[in-house]
Amino acid sequence: MRRILFWIVAILLLVGLQTQLSGWIGAYYYKIVILTGINIILAVSLNLINGITGQFSIGHAGFYAIGAYASASLVTYGESSIRGIVSFLPRIGQDTVLLLAGIVVAAITAGIAGLAVGIPSLRLRGDYLAIVTLGFGEIIRVVILNVDAIGGARGFSSIPVLSDFFLFWVFLFVLVTVSVIRNLVNSSYGRAFVSIRDDEIAAEAMGVDTTRFKVLSFVISSMFAGIGGSLFGHYTAYLNPNSFTFITSFYLIIMIVIGGLGSIQGSIVGAVLITVVLELFRSLSEFRLVGFSILLVLVMLYRPQGLMGAGEMFRTKRKAAVAKS
Amino acid sequence: MADYGAHEKDKPSFMITTFLQQLINGISQGSAYALIALGYTMVYGVLGLINFAHSDVYMFGAFMGYYIANSQVVRNQFGSSLGAAVVVMIGAMALSAVLGMLIERFAYRPGRTRTRFTLAFWLGILGAVFGDLLSHSALGVIVGAAVGIAAGVAGELAGLHPIRQESRLALLIVAIGVSLFLENGGQLVFGADPKFFPEVIPSASLDVGGLNLDTQKLIVLGVSLVLMVLLNIVVNYTKTGKAMRAVSYNLDAAKLMGINTDRIIALTFAFGSALAAAGGILVSLLYPKIDPLMGVMPGLKAFVAAVLGGIGNITGAMVGGLILGFAEVMAVGYGSSTYRDAIAFVVLVLILLFKPGGIMGKGTVEKV
Repeated sequence: MRRILFWIVAILLLVGLQTQLSGWIGAYYYKIVILTGINIILAVSLNLINGITGQFSIGHAGFYAIGAYASASLVTYGESSIRGIVSFLPRIGQDTVLLLAGIVVAAITAGIAGLAVGIPSLRLRGDYLAIVTLGFGEIIRVVILNVDAIGGARGFSSIPVLSDFFLFWVFLFVLVTVSVIRNLVNSSYGRAFVSIRDDEIAAEAMGVDTTRFKVLSFVISSMFAGIGGSLFGHYTAYLNPNSFTFITSFYLIIMIVIGGLGSIQGSIVGAVLITVVLELFRSLSEFRLVGFSILLVLVMLYRPQGLMGAGEMFRTKRKAAVAKS
Repeated sequence: MADYGAHEKDKPSFMITTFLQQLINGISQGSAYALIALGYTMVYGVLGLINFAHSDVYMFGAFMGYYIANSQVVRNQFGSSLGAAVVVMIGAMALSAVLGMLIERFAYRPGRTRTRFTLAFWLGILGAVFGDLLSHSALGVIVGAAVGIAAGVAGELAGLHPIRQESRLALLIVAIGVSLFLENGGQLVFGADPKFFPEVIPSASLDVGGLNLDTQKLIVLGVSLVLMVLLNIVVNYTKTGKAMRAVSYNLDAAKLMGINTDRIIALTFAFGSALAAAGGILVSLLYPKIDPLMGVMPGLKAFVAAVLGGIGNITGAMVGGLILGFAEVMAVGYGSSTYRDAIAFVVLVLILLFKPGGIMGKGTVEKV
């Protein structure tokens, strides 16, 4: 009951924000807010594999790209046929169906890609895993660069704009991502993930099927990255392979480490902080990233556990009681 | 070469020459990758760190070569000759070695042992950048740097010390930070638009039995080989090299045996950075366009080469670099050039799937 109430209140709040926010803060800040939301989805999902399962992946941008391109191709090439199927709905309903179909397809495609990449590469450990995931990310980007049907190096333009309601959709999926991953972490699956991170051999000795759980966490993480990509593609209505280089993966890693690896709240704080800081100082051109990189080095030298540390700040009563006992 | 027949329109008698030509291109490209890969693998050997900043040291080396070659002194004294090439090479290698040691001292060492002036160093740079941003004058830069250094020293006196890093991920983020710093600092200092590396050694082509050999490619190959042999001698037959191997085998035990590990690690960075600078200059001889982001892709591929050969293994880095250069040139020559940037990773994934420790890597035994 409380949960249903939470979602109703959240949706009402989001609708309210959607109608008011861009009037309050203007188009520029509105865009920053949306990008922040997308980055929260990406960071929280990356945190599942890097922070919670302890597997070092730096190829998140690849799954982000797959989601973006899969959903953009679906709505671009399948628009008329999907509209045909749901022609009984009013225009806005058709748009919503298209948008959701794009998001679902993005999640499924990115999940399948995650499975295909995860099964062979999760046999590797530590830095080898890191470089192989990075490699897969780059392979995905180069393949996209070479497929002409989705724009290739020119970029994928003419993606239909399906909604003016992006703040609502993005933050709805932020809530979905955060609550799914939080519930997952607090479930028996989550304990298996954490046990793999803390000591893989001990976890295996306790009967945790480590390969299965590693792949599972990788697939879930990829699916949410795909959702983030889908939202990004629909929002900007233009995709370019250059948005999905390994540098993008690096920024996502920076977000989760700055926030505190393994902490969901930390990932959110990191994503908000880094997106907002980088966007706000865009006018300073090169100075911006020089300053940013120095601050990054200093934060990591003086607070290597990240701003939030590994824990969550506001814990529910039950969890606090468990921790105490 | 039957598999590639469909793409080849040349007559069969030319095919073998083309192949040899490609082989030479591949080896010279590969030896440049190998030079950069050595720095990655050496640093990984002693610290277990993927030094992402290494690719930017390569860029820095190329730019230092550019400035030395264009300086009045070198132009008047040597012109375009072998002497100029040697001066450019050694100068850039020395400057890059200094940069490598600075990076190690102020970015990586603070997380390992207690050091001083870290905060002053970084805040000094930050202050200088701010000074430039606000005033666009040399005076502003100096005042900004002074303020930053003062603030850093004050902070340290107030008890602000770097924290010992337990997780390697934090160190990796530091490496990414340094890399971003060098790339964007490079755009600020050197300018973002590409520059053209001067032709220090005039290009000529030799005709050997129907094979068209570019002298510059041979120079790249020769210099790389000499440097690799030198490195092998240093690592295997000198006391410093022995200490390096000891540190890479077990850092704590090496320290207990009385080895000054900080000095050895700094030297490792110096050697690696000098080799990267040499690689930067050699590649700039072949492809003269240089810009502050030029290191990103070659650096990544060189790292792939190091992993391919078995990271931490010096011979492995050389082998990996050659395989990679060869695979890339062959793929571009006989396949599609648009997939060029993916080749390195495809080779990497294939090899790691069958040999998870790399070609020359030793299998690690898992311990509880």
